[in-house]
Order: sequence, then C-alpha cells, then structure tokens
Amino acid sequence: MADILNSDEILRALTRISHEILERNKGAKELVLVGIQTGGVYLAQRLARRIGKIEGTTPQTGALDITLYRDDLSGRKAHPTLKKTEMPFDMNDCKVILVDDVLFTGRTIRAAMDSLIDLGRPKEIQLAVLIDRGHRELPIRADYVGKNLPTAFDEKVEVLLEEAGEEDRVILHREKWEKQG
Amino acid sequence: MRDIASDILIKGGRIIDPAQNRDGVGDLLISNGIIQEISSSITPSDNWVQVIEATGKVVAPGLIDLHTHVREPGFEYKETIASATAAAAYGGFTSICCMPNTNPVNDNQSVTELILEKAAKEGMVRVLPIGAITKASKGCELAEMGELVAAGCVAVSDDGLPVMNSQVMRQAMSYAKIFDIPVIDHCEDLNLTDNGVIFEGDVSTRLGLRGIPASSESVMVARDIALAEQTGARVHLAHISTAASVHLIRDAKRRGIPVTAETCPHYFTLTDEAVGCFNANAKMKPPLATEQDQAEVLAGLADGTIDLIATDHAPHAADEKAQALDCAPFGIIGLETALPLSLELVGRGVLTLPQVIRKLSFEPARVLGKKTGVLGIGDPADITLIDLDTEWVVDEQHIKSMSKNSPFMGRQMKGRATAIVVGGKLIEN
Amino acid sequence: MQLKRKDILGIAELDREEIDLILQTAESFKEVSSRAIKKVPALRGKTLINLFFEPSTRTRTSFELAGKRLSADVINISSSSSSTLKGETLLDTTRNIQAMHSDFIVIRHASSGVPHFLARSVESAVINAGDGANEHPSQALLDLLTIKENKGRVKGLKVVIIGDILHGRVAHSDIHVLKKYGADVHLVAPPTLIPTGIERWGVQIHYHLDQALAGADVIILLRLQLERQGSSYFPTLREYAELYGLNARRLALADSEALVMHPGPINRGVEVSSDVADGLSSVILQQVSNGVAVRMALLFLLSGGKHA
Repeated sequence: MADILNSDEILRALTRISHEILERNKGAKELVLVGIQTGGVYLAQRLARRIGKIEGTTPQTGALDITLYRDDLSGRKAHPTLKKTEMPFDMNDCKVILVDDVLFTGRTIRAAMDSLIDLGRPKEIQLAVLIDRGHRELPIRADYVGKNLPTAFDEKVEVLLEEAGEEDRVILHREKWEKQG
Repeated sequence: MRDIASDILIKGGRIIDPAQNRDGVGDLLISNGIIQEISSSITPSDNWVQVIEATGKVVAPGLIDLHTHVREPGFEYKETIASATAAAAYGGFTSICCMPNTNPVNDNQSVTELILEKAAKEGMVRVLPIGAITKASKGCELAEMGELVAAGCVAVSDDGLPVMNSQVMRQAMSYAKIFDIPVIDHCEDLNLTDNGVIFEGDVSTRLGLRGIPASSESVMVARDIALAEQTGARVHLAHISTAASVHLIRDAKRRGIPVTAETCPHYFTLTDEAVGCFNANAKMKPPLATEQDQAEVLAGLADGTIDLIATDHAPHAADEKAQALDCAPFGIIGLETALPLSLELVGRGVLTLPQVIRKLSFEPARVLGKKTGVLGIGDPADITLIDLDTEWVVDEQHIKSMSKNSPFMGRQMKGRATAIVVGGKLIEN
Repeated sequence: MQLKRKDILGIAELDREEIDLILQTAESFKEVSSRAIKKVPALRGKTLINLFFEPSTRTRTSFELAGKRLSADVINISSSSSSTLKGETLLDTTRNIQAMHSDFIVIRHASSGVPHFLARSVESAVINAGDGANEHPSQALLDLLTIKENKGRVKGLKVVIIGDILHGRVAHSDIHVLKKYGADVHLVAPPTLIPTGIERWGVQIHYHLDQALAGADVIILLRLQLERQGSSYFPTLREYAELYGLNARRLALADSEALVMHPGPINRGVEVSSDVADGLSSVILQQVSNGVAVRMALLFLLSGGKHA
C-alpha cells in the first residue's frame, strides 16, 4: 500500500482542474458538472463550489449511476446496488463535465456517455478525473487530470473522501484486487 | 405323490397369533398348504420339508389389507392385479380387498369374475373383491348385491365416493343384511368438500389452497352411525382421519351400534404439514389433518375405537401427480410402507406388537366375517414373516407398485416382511 | 447486497433486508420511468416470457413494460388453464419453455403452487404474478412502496384490508409484507370469505366495516370476483356493497389523511363508490406507476446473482 495524494494535494489538484475547466470553456456559462456515483459525485460538487468561488456563479451538478449501462452485468456474481441518477436540469445545450475519481479501462466512461446521451443531448461532453491510472481498453482520454499514476493492471487505486466519512487521500494497493470498473 | 413346495417348516421364530393370545418362540409346520402343527420344537419328519430359519423374526398371521385400489380393469397404466399383488407380497400382505372403482366399476358379476380370474392367473396374493353399493357407484340405484356376493365379493362400497343420498345408503345397509356382508363407506360430504384440495386449516390458508373441512368426514360418519343404528346392518367406516369422527365412533360403539372403523398409516404418521410446498404426494382423501386429529386417531387405535389399519393404496401415474396441486388426483400408495409405519406404533407407545399385528390381520378378517387372520391348526397357511430390526430407506427399488406416489419416499423405515406364505406357497422378498 | 434466491414466489419467504433492497432499487427505477427515453440497456439480450394462464391486462402489461424498459425481449404467452388441461400438461409446457432458454418467466395461474412447480423444474428465474389464492408478491411490494412514499413509514400504521380474503392472493401477500414491517393489520369481510385460522397471522378480523375503519391510515380494497355472487359466500352484490362497500360516509370514519388503495381493476359501486375511487385519498394510479418500478427492480435484481 502506498500513499499517492494527501488532502492538500487533492485540494491543489482540484483547484488546478477548476482553473483549466474555466480557461478552456471561457467561463462557467453553460457548464454543468455530472459526477459518476459515488466518488465522482463528491468531486463534481467540490469542483462546482471551487468554480463558483473563482467565477462568482456556481455551475449546477448532477449525479449519474451507470450501473444499468455496464457492459459486464451478466457476467458478474452480484449486481452493484443501484444508486440515484439525479439530473435536476435540462442537459440540452449544456457543456457537461463528466467527473470521476479514477480513470482506468474507460468502460465506466463509455457507460456514462451512453447514459448521458439517453438522458438528453449535451452540446459537448468533457471528462475530468482525479487519477488517470492508464490501461485503457477503449479510445477514451480525460480532458482534465489531477494526477497521472502508472500502475500495474491488478493493483487497485482507492480514492477516500471526507463526504464518505474518510480522511481525504488517495492510496495504491499493490496486492491483487478484484478488477474495478 | 407329495408336493415338495407345500411342506414348509418355519423354525425358531417368535410366533404371534393375537386372536389366540399366542406369543412365543416356536416352530410352525405347513403341510399341503395348511398349518399342520405349532409347537416349541418340531423335527422335520423327512428330507422333503423345506426349512426356513426364522430365529429373531416374527411369524404372524398373513396380513390382510381391507382397502386396496388395484386399478385393473381400466387403469392398467397405474397398477395391475399383477403389480398390486407383487406390492402386497413385498409389504407382507397375503390378502388384499380391491375397491370397485375400476373401469368398468365392479358393480356386476362379470367384473368380479374377471378380477378373480386374473388374480388366480397373475396374482401373487389373494384378491378379495369388494362390489359397488350402487350401479356405476353413482349413488342412485343399488347394484345387484346378491349377484356380486355370489360371484365372490366380500363386501360392498362405493369407495372413492360417498353414497350422498341417505335414503339410498339406508336401503343399501338394510339390503346387505340378507348377505351378512359389511357396507363400507367412504365418509365424505361432497357439498362440504366443494372444490377442496387439502385439509382446511393453517396449511390450506398458508398455501392459499381450497380446504376440505373436518366436518366433511364427520358429518357422514354421524349419518352412517345413525343409519347403522336404525338398520342394524354391519357398517364399516373407511380411512378415518379426524378427531371428530373418532369421538363419534367411540360413542357409537359404547352404545352398541354395529360399526367398525379403519384408519391408514398416513393419518397416524403425517399431518397436513406434509403438504409442505405443494407436494402432490401428500394429497389424498380424506386429507391429512392436524396434530390434534392425529392424536385422536392414535387414541382411537389404542382404545379399539379404530378396529384396524388399512392402506388405501391408491396408485397414480407420475405425470398425473406432476400437476398443479389443484389438478393432481387424490391418493397415495401404501402397501409397501404400511407394515413398518404400523410397527412404529409400538415404539410410539400406542400399541403392543401383537395389537399391531391384530389390526393388520385378525381385525380386517373379522370385519369381513371371515375366520382368517389367525394361525389355526388345519387353516390354510397364510403367514407373514417379519424382521423387526432391518432398517431401510423408501426408494423406487423398494416400491413394487407400478406407481411411486408416496409421501414416504426417502423416509427411513425400520422393519419389514421378509417372506410371506400364501396358501402354503412361500414367497421370499 | 443481493437477493438470496433464484425466484420470487411469495412474500412469505423474503426477509426484510431483501424487501428493502427491492424497494430501494425500485426507487431508482421510478426515475428511469420519468425520463424522456424510458429505456436502459441493463437486460439487453435477455428474454422474459410472460406466461399467463389467467386473463390479466394490468399485471401482464406492467411486467411487459418493466422488461422492455430494461431492454429485455418480452414474449407474452396467454392460455387459459382449461385449454392446458385438455391438451398439453403443465410439465410439458414447462419443458417447452425451458427449451426456449428464457431468462425470466413471469407466471400467473389459477392454481396455487404452480410457480413453485415451475421454479423447481426450470433454470430460469421465475416470478409469481399471482397463483390461485396463494400469493401475488409484486403487488404487495408495490403496495408497500406506495404506503412508504405517502406515509413515510409502515410501522404502527392501521391498515384495513376489505373484501374477499379467502380467494385473495393480494390479501395474503399484503398481510405478509405489512406484518414484516410492523403494521397493525385489520381484515374486514363476511365470515364466509375469511380463511380458517388467518387470525393466527397476527391480524384482527372484523365483520362490520364501520367499526373497523375508525382511525385507519390505509384502506386496501380487494377486487371482488363478481361470479362469487349467488354462491354460498354472500347473497347478492347489492347486499355486499351495502355491507362492505367503501363510500364517502365510511371514508370519513378513517383518519383524514387515510390512503385508499385497490389492486384493480375496480368494480365501481361494489367495493368502492366512484367518488372515493377518484377522490383525493385515492392512490390507485400511483400504485400502477409504482408497479412498473417494482417489477423492473425484481427483474434487475434477479438477473444478478449466479445461483447454484
């Protein structure tokens, strides 16, 4: 087990990503932040608050549960528990910043994009992640990355957040873990 | 010229003859198909005698089942005379009384004769036909009882169905007095049964199945007792299953009314809980009732209110039972399991071993007015040899019936018949 | 967390943990049903056979919609029990369906225990959509969801179930689920329509509707099979409606916030008067919406576990 980021480093990474989002999109107009359940939801809310502080207007946030769009549902032993999808706004003509904690094979992002497109027609989808650990299995890349982390395929990256009752930090488990989404 | 097979010496068995209060170790010699001698020790007179070592076994009068559905003629896919008598032999019965609900119904001489002819040719044990009370067992017009008796019927019954019309039943009872045969009634009020499937109680409510109320049986028991009292006929009440019926019969006997009664092993072994999750092999008429009913049936066996134990062996093909419980036919087989289940009554403290044997041999004979079910010198040699200790599990290999519809499949049993002698002929299991 | 079973045959065998999971999942599916595109790919490539031996529009449609919203292929097979009796046996029907490799079988049958029989014989997940007078689990789950949504709780609520309890699989399943969640359950019916020994399920029995309704929080009406009229159960529909029909006067005896529920289809003027059925207390249509969500949840959850 190795510590990758502590709470200060997470804070700085999110601050930087907020600035990058604003720079690329020329402000917060039309922006919505959609987090992927569950870690991504907390990060999306943090990014929205940070953007609000910088820009004066806080973008709306949504939560996306991608379980029903997974490509491995029939192969799994048990289903993950369904969580809420909450999109309290009309996505049409919005630029959606999709937020997740860890980018790995890209399959979660594929599912999330399919789900978003079933829910509406966003003008643009961009991807922000706290950790990009490589090993992509689909042609997907992040637009905003907190930290690029080289890993072995069977290692596990865990993002712990205050909102889930933990101390903010990112750790890498070297022992074999079950493959994560 | 001497028939080799007809000379048998059964040595060292515990000879139990309840009718004569005999219970002791000894030898029994059969010669020319009849019981020649019973004493503490018999030495074979010559080499022609077949000696059966019976040490540790019980030597009992041949068991008689007063209530068997043989299914032939008409339903040979369920059971035949050959297969039913094989099952009977395996279960220790030397005689079975076959109910008339065949197709055609045994309501005339030609059907009775057919059964007896087939039984003589293919049967392993004695088959005693029971004729129908009414034509086609429809409950309306009396069948020709005189003709049936002349052809060889030992009793009359519309079993499978009650005689719903009380006037018809009253006349049948009166008429039966001519021949001094028992009228056997399947006690059920069809209006109370309605579309019932299992016993009306907690289990039927839990499973959402239509219930058959206990009163469906007891109402008819009460009626039959009243009619027996009025006519003075010998009335035998089949497969008694409920506490209310036992109370009525006990009272009737106390008042000297000529009724006799039987129950079946499933009623003193199981309750409606055996239906479990819609088990069609626990569906029969009358239905398995509650623990309280079972307790009263046991009390009735113990105090003599219930005279005897019969099987109500009712074979049905597997695909008939593999249906919605509503649609599956009523009935279970019982010839192979009746003896060990009855023997359990000894361990359960209900009956003594001689009493169990009596209720399976002498008492059914007595209901029929026959002097069988005893080990009398000079009587035809119908004998059952029982090993009380053998433990076995009910599986298809132990079922000789063509149908396997038993709720006791997979059950551990103790004790079984190892051989029977029918009219001097030895059949070993 | 997942279901501990291959099939959903009745409420009786479900534990609270499982029911909570089903309800929680159903809440997520309510959101899916509110979308413009009401379809998710979760059960893509899976097959659902709706096997209805009894006529039903509502339940069959609800399961069909649930399957389709999850992208399953849905096939409806309807056949009356009587035609099955004449020809193919239940066992043969079962084997044929097994040979079709369906993933889910939703079955309704006039005989209790048929879904259990089917479940033992096939590998597919079997969902009981009503068997005889036994159970109708998805109805009870949607009733529970509807009560929880409106009342926020179930424990301690006075729930009055009115009507044909004897032939009522909805009543059976509702009683099981309500007792599991600590409701105070009252049954109202003529004694001829109350099954033997049901008081041992921990419910109170009433023959008089007015006295049972006092302070009721939830009133569940059962559909009366009109053909029971003229049997020995009750003399006429007129007298039945007089004694056991819910109307505005009687509703006023219940708590002012009481919910009126009915599994449908309604016999207006028999179980319930039209003004009550269409009134503010009625959540009958909400029950229908919740039905789709609950059935989606059942299908989704049963597609999960790999069972031995």
